[in-house]
Amino acid sequence: MLAKILPNTSELVQKCPILTPSDGRFLRATPLFLSILNYLRKRYYPGGGRIGHAKVGSTVSVFDRAYDETVRVLDEDGEVVGDVPDLDDESLVEMYRHMRLARHFDGRAVSLQRQGRMGTYPPLSGQEGAQVGSAYALDADDWMVPSYREHGAALVHGLPLKQTLLYWMGHEDGNRAPDDVNVFPVAVPIASQVPHATGAAWASKLRGENDAFICYFGDGATSEGDFHEGVNFAGVFDTPTVFFCNNNQWAISVPRERQTRSATLAQKAEAYGIDGVQVDGMDPLAVYSVTEAALEKARDPDTDRPRPTLIEAVQYRFGAHTTADDPTVYRDDDEVERWRRKDPIDRLESYLRDEGVLDDERVAEIESSVEARVADAIDAAESMARPEPRALFEHAYAELPPELERQYEEFAALRDDRGDAAFLEE
Amino acid sequence: MTETQNLTLVQAVRDGLHTELREDDDVVVMGQDVGKNGGVFRATEGLYDEFGGDRVIDTPLAESGIVGTAVGMAAMGMRPVPEIQFSGFMYPGFDQIVSHMARFRARSRGRFTLPMTLRAPYGGGIRAPEHHSESKEAFYAHEAGLKVVIPSTPYDAKGLLAASIRDPDPVIFLEPKLIYRAFRDEVPEEPYTVPLGEAVTRREGDDVAVFTYGAMTRPTMEAAETLGEEGIECEVVDLRTVSPLDREAIVEAFEKTGRAVVVHEAPKTGGLAGEITAILQEEALLYQEAPIGRVTGFDVPYPLYALEDYYLPSAARIEEGILEAVEF
Repeated sequence: MLAKILPNTSELVQKCPILTPSDGRFLRATPLFLSILNYLRKRYYPGGGRIGHAKVGSTVSVFDRAYDETVRVLDEDGEVVGDVPDLDDESLVEMYRHMRLARHFDGRAVSLQRQGRMGTYPPLSGQEGAQVGSAYALDADDWMVPSYREHGAALVHGLPLKQTLLYWMGHEDGNRAPDDVNVFPVAVPIASQVPHATGAAWASKLRGENDAFICYFGDGATSEGDFHEGVNFAGVFDTPTVFFCNNNQWAISVPRERQTRSATLAQKAEAYGIDGVQVDGMDPLAVYSVTEAALEKARDPDTDRPRPTLIEAVQYRFGAHTTADDPTVYRDDDEVERWRRKDPIDRLESYLRDEGVLDDERVAEIESSVEARVADAIDAAESMARPEPRALFEHAYAELPPELERQYEEFAALRDDRGDAAFLEE
Repeated sequence: MTETQNLTLVQAVRDGLHTELREDDDVVVMGQDVGKNGGVFRATEGLYDEFGGDRVIDTPLAESGIVGTAVGMAAMGMRPVPEIQFSGFMYPGFDQIVSHMARFRARSRGRFTLPMTLRAPYGGGIRAPEHHSESKEAFYAHEAGLKVVIPSTPYDAKGLLAASIRDPDPVIFLEPKLIYRAFRDEVPEEPYTVPLGEAVTRREGDDVAVFTYGAMTRPTMEAAETLGEEGIECEVVDLRTVSPLDREAIVEAFEKTGRAVVVHEAPKTGGLAGEITAILQEEALLYQEAPIGRVTGFDVPYPLYALEDYYLPSAARIEEGILEAVEF
């Protein structure tokens, strides 16, 4: 009996009244408590790993941590403080390249907006570790269900940069991912994509397929009903979904502690009976490890754990919520500076340089290739002409209803008569 | 002589909130980023510093929570003024709006009333991302128990907002963000109200009545001026409140001209233009000399900004619609 319940710490706690305080909150992982559990685990469940100082990459250990026990692999200086995931050198360099690409793209996108060449744009700088680290763990057949800031994750999963640029330049075609890229369209209303990710994963499960689904959202999204409903369904129907919370500390001007009184966002998993884990979102290798473990568990129909996982990746957006936002109104420069010292790109670069995998020459090559790739994408996006008004009507239905056809014809005739200048503001 | 300030529409909204917060301790402003940040459009700028975090409240990111807790406050007699950051994000709170905000008075047989005003920037034309540009006033006008107000000038914005906040019933107050900063108006510093449910004539004319509201008032006036130069005189009526509609003013303008066009940026099917047309059929059929025209957004999803100029009724489309009614 004891051995049976030991693999799952949270169940153990629930089933042992003496371990559960009267206020019903999950017991904090005190050192004494953890050492007792570790002793019991070793005694009755050899090979199950330790709780608390668990081996990263092992399914059991990653998910049997206290919610505030953040998974880390590299510290701020790139020193190894946890188990480095099993990735070859070229894969590590590829992750680094993706992060540099996302950062450079982001800077260019912000300046395009400033120059009037793009509309409102949500920057991602600071969040490359979480986006690239998690997306890099996906198989090509896995699905990504993004919100609206995951340009970095989407590019790792194969979405052309040109598409992302077109979308923020106001072209509907930007949201049309190529058929072989398993990325859902951008979801702007906060948390509204969470139930979709559960439903899509559920479909995969019902059809006996083995794909996993990753759903991105922010800290603010955890306040929305859709988040709770989506995660609850995932728990009830045991869907292969990884809920990846990009906790960047700020929902526009509202700080994380004003979203919820919960000490962590990871612990919200507890209420739905699924696994929850907090990871250092500025540490791409830790993010990769945790996501990889969660995806593996999601894909495995025979796992003895819940298939869904809630990952809280603790990170920071260096810039504004969008180019329409001025963060200096609501947060201190000191705070931004503190987080800038945790930069996920610098961190991985230091590690890779220490390992002898990266040197100045390689970094310079990556820089220039990244710049060229973004410049090409911008050229391609900007060479797209404004779509014809007919595009307004396309895709509203499989077949255009006669009244819509009539509305279009009437407009087209007037446009022929008056010319474009009568309609366009610029 | 009343002191006035030269304000934009969004400044007038801010001034209106400021006045009502000062006049009535039961008024609270609540929503996402309305406090320390001063609102994403600066509609609540400085209010948090002046009135504090208990009266100008930054909430978690949860529209149903914002509307639902405001319903609870209002049931206890407070006058909450919740803000939804963009009207396109009202839908998570839609259940609270239609199931409770609209019905509490009727359900409780008048024991509980909801003197609350739900504000939201709405409408297109500012090159915003998806869901930041729609006009869905018809949803709310369709719901009994709600009043729906849409100002088109800074003066009206302050006066209508005060009237909404002081109204015993719940009001949806939609602010056309295209004209948030488009022009200025002399706005009295002192408190005043503009009555709900009353339209205003923006331009006199005998040939055709043009009914509109919100941001479409400007291109409609532009079209009316252009046609005026050609000898076609439009009577332009700004509805200001789309629920309840000012039937009297609508019918009066139509009886004067015998021809009518309705202009709104919301989609055509199920929009307010159909309702206004029906009112004219019911009340003034024998005055009618031409089919009643509708110049509206198309019945398609609101596009991303590359195409939004084609979607929104332009002065050219409005002119064409008016000419059709006049030349019939």
